[in-house]
Amino acid sequence: MSGFLVANLAPIIFGSLIVFLLLGYPLAFALAANGIFFALIGIVLGVLPPELLQAMPARVFGVMSNETLLAVPFFTFMGLILERSGMAEDLLDTIGQLFGPVRGGLAYAVILVGAMLAATTGVVAASVISMGLISLPIMLRYGYDRRLASGVIAAAGTLAQIIPPSLVLIIMADQLGKSVGDMYQGALIPGLMLTGFYAIYVFGISLFRPHWVPALPPEARTLRGRQLLWRIVTSLIPPLLLIFLVLGTIFLGIATPTEGGAMGATGALVMALLRRRLSVTLLKQAMDATAKLTTFVIFILVGARIFSLTFYGVNGHVWVEHLLQNLPGGQLGFLVAVNLLIFVLAFFLDFFELSFIVVPLLAPVAEKLGIDLIWFGVLLGVNMQTSFLHPPFGFALFYLRSVAPSAVRTSEIYWGAVPFVLIQIVMVALVIAFPKLVTGNLDRPDASKAVLQYMMPEERPNQVEDADPTRAFMERMMRSGR
Amino acid sequence: MKVLLGLSRLIDGLNERIGKLACWLVLAAVLVSAGNAVVRKVFDTSSNAFLEGQWYMFATLFLLSGGYALLKQEHVRIDVIYLRFSRRTQVGIDIFGTILFLLPMSLLMLYLSWPYFTNAFISGETSANAGGLIQWPVKMMMPVGFTLLALQGVSEIIKRVAWLKGLAPDPGVKEHAKPAELELAEAIITQRTAAKQ
Repeated sequence: MSGFLVANLAPIIFGSLIVFLLLGYPLAFALAANGIFFALIGIVLGVLPPELLQAMPARVFGVMSNETLLAVPFFTFMGLILERSGMAEDLLDTIGQLFGPVRGGLAYAVILVGAMLAATTGVVAASVISMGLISLPIMLRYGYDRRLASGVIAAAGTLAQIIPPSLVLIIMADQLGKSVGDMYQGALIPGLMLTGFYAIYVFGISLFRPHWVPALPPEARTLRGRQLLWRIVTSLIPPLLLIFLVLGTIFLGIATPTEGGAMGATGALVMALLRRRLSVTLLKQAMDATAKLTTFVIFILVGARIFSLTFYGVNGHVWVEHLLQNLPGGQLGFLVAVNLLIFVLAFFLDFFELSFIVVPLLAPVAEKLGIDLIWFGVLLGVNMQTSFLHPPFGFALFYLRSVAPSAVRTSEIYWGAVPFVLIQIVMVALVIAFPKLVTGNLDRPDASKAVLQYMMPEERPNQVEDADPTRAFMERMMRSGR
Repeated sequence: MKVLLGLSRLIDGLNERIGKLACWLVLAAVLVSAGNAVVRKVFDTSSNAFLEGQWYMFATLFLLSGGYALLKQEHVRIDVIYLRFSRRTQVGIDIFGTILFLLPMSLLMLYLSWPYFTNAFISGETSANAGGLIQWPVKMMMPVGFTLLALQGVSEIIKRVAWLKGLAPDPGVKEHAKPAELELAEAIITQRTAAKQ
């Protein structure tokens, strides 16, 4: 009995993890408990050293002193302040007025504003809700096809997942052991290409199904000439400033992504103050929501670290590598299989769960197969973005349903999303076929990396943890495990 | 049971208060971190104490809010199957999970992190960086945080057992029955109707 246990400990741990998780008890604790439970069994069986448990506080301390993860509350807080600041509404109104007279113009406006919100607010729900409340009624009033109108809004909203500074990319960078700045640079081109593809699709519709995307009649324009120009300038300045404040400073190497997030959040606060949209209640709500999101995300990570200590201790990663390395087709076979796996899992798991449980198992195999991890991370990011769109579980569709007028049938929202899911799949294929789309952007000498290495203590926690005797022991164990 | 429910209310009140206080660390960390970047660029200097201060605040924030998030039912579940169960089964799973997963984990972490903190406290250990901060205050947050989490676990069990016995309302229902998304939608609608008038 114990012989069987010893030989198959890794698959048994993995199997029981799935059972524990499917029970539906909060993930963070199920993960941690599974790790602890099997650590005890492993110690009793003599497979794991008794000192293993002593390493756990150091593992948690590693999470506490991880400066990359600080970006999670910063960007969350920035998004929560911005979504109430009225910036999205202003943008949608004015850009809609600007493009409205063109055939398909309202749809272009939604895509453009979706991309700008993605680069600032970065919350899918907020984008979809603002656009669903403001643009959808106008589109319907002037005779847009309901499926197209809802599809374009849902898809443009999901851009927040892939265009920097998205939370997915931060967590992916952490899990893959890469810098967030590189991840952002890698995701930029695919994100912008997707935005372009959405627009090309609308352009195609305006050629072949012009009655789906009519131009606004002249009387629908309440603003013209100088007045319109003024509104455009005033509504574009705040988001562009914020984009510079966050992404500009990161890409120029002036700030780390964490500091970029902090400056963006400060900028959002100032903007909301100037617009007189900031109240103590709103501030407290935003802080409370940020604290809760940060806590549950980081606790999952703590749970995952405790779990992986045991799992790596019994050479679980070697077992996973064996499973995955036997896939036919080498690099390509692995990437296709992994993308199918994530695509299917995304029906059941959200991106936090996928990034904390599945990605760390896949990353070492990807690295062994010679796959660039930034490329891999961005690829998975685009793939997970799709999960917001597929009917019937896609969150973007769900949010849109909750704010769309009842005249729009749920089936229309579902069918409207289908062409965009196809565009996403094409994009995943393109990223697999042309890694340069991601890595091409990274080749030039990069100032931000220098700053990162100089400034970011996440490069340094080794020093802190070296002070811990168990750490050295763990490292020896890990190394011998590989 | 009455005594236990009183204890549960006491714990809930404690974590509620700590959560409401801890969330100010979000704002503080934002300002300190933005300040660090600006000071470095403008004055070409930086302080390791402030750089470390930001993650001290981050660590304190999530460790102290662990119990609060549990109180507010914020820790995410994989609910594909969970949602199909009857409410009684769900509550049963919650009790089972709290006793078998949450309590052992937080008590073990409390047990292990206590010496981790006291060692740092006795040695007066500071970080390896020049001008770095002393480490025991942040290490202390580990035992404190896991204690708050374990306490909240006890309170959640009491509330659920009481519900099963018909002595208390369903504790699993989120206090904010209104999801944040709905609140945002309502805010946008109110603002727009106000603007039209």
